[in-house]
Amino acid sequence: MDSNRSTSAKPELPIGFLPLFATLLLLWILLHGSLSLQVLAIGIPAALAIAWLFRDGLSFVTDFRFRSTEALRAAPRFLLFFFKSLVIANIALARVVLSPKLPIDPGIVKARTRLKSRMGRLLLANAITLTPGTLTVKLDGEWIYIHCVRVAATDIEGATAEILAGFERYLEVMYG
Amino acid sequence: MLSILGGLLLVAGAAFLVLAGLGLVRMPDVLNRIQAGTKATTLGTLLTLGGFACLRPDWALKLLLIALFILLTNPLSSQVLAHAAHRAGARQTPLANRVDRLAEDRGDAS
Repeated sequence: MDSNRSTSAKPELPIGFLPLFATLLLLWILLHGSLSLQVLAIGIPAALAIAWLFRDGLSFVTDFRFRSTEALRAAPRFLLFFFKSLVIANIALARVVLSPKLPIDPGIVKARTRLKSRMGRLLLANAITLTPGTLTVKLDGEWIYIHCVRVAATDIEGATAEILAGFERYLEVMYG
Repeated sequence: MLSILGGLLLVAGAAFLVLAGLGLVRMPDVLNRIQAGTKATTLGTLLTLGGFACLRPDWALKLLLIALFILLTNPLSSQVLAHAAHRAGARQTPLANRVDRLAEDRGDAS
């Protein structure tokens, strides 16, 4: 209710402005590690200006479902799964790079994501880039083009859908 | 104890960064090089930052911020580079059964 009233009273304030401003100011304060007047005097106008310039941009909290406890519970699990994939990706890459025959069979495949929100899709694309043998080349609406170091010999689409599903499970709950 | 852990993390990070460099040299084309570069440098840098955080715990918060920036910007810049390279028609490894859905969808027959 309260948020409804405030947005109708000030219709010119875009949704992305406040979260971005808060994120920027928090980063600035963390970076300085103090709350002195000088730090704030520079930080607040700068954060305001940047948040205004990029008011349609994305930040972590854009579209995040703070209301749902499931989303809050899924976030740490997503991070854990992500770091696990990152480590596996690096070991897999190390094996490819160190093996004398260089066993690669690259290609670009296409996959469709169920995620609707912009931030969800961005995080999915980033996660894919950092997981074993895959690199997001292009994000085009609900289609994601992925470069694979080794394309599965059979059932290309199924193999890619499996990679997506691992992350979508968490991101769908978090961002929708 | 913490300094030993920090040292180990630094060595591991450096090892992954070396692998990234080796990957850049060994991989045959742009997209594969980006693959090697992105993953190994991300983990390598994160481990290095973690090592520093163990050696200098008072820096931990700032190092965490740097890690966050790298985690977000590294894959994004790789995506943009990869897309640009693909659009510019960068040479790709010739293979008999190559799939390239992006080129198919954009409709370049060449």
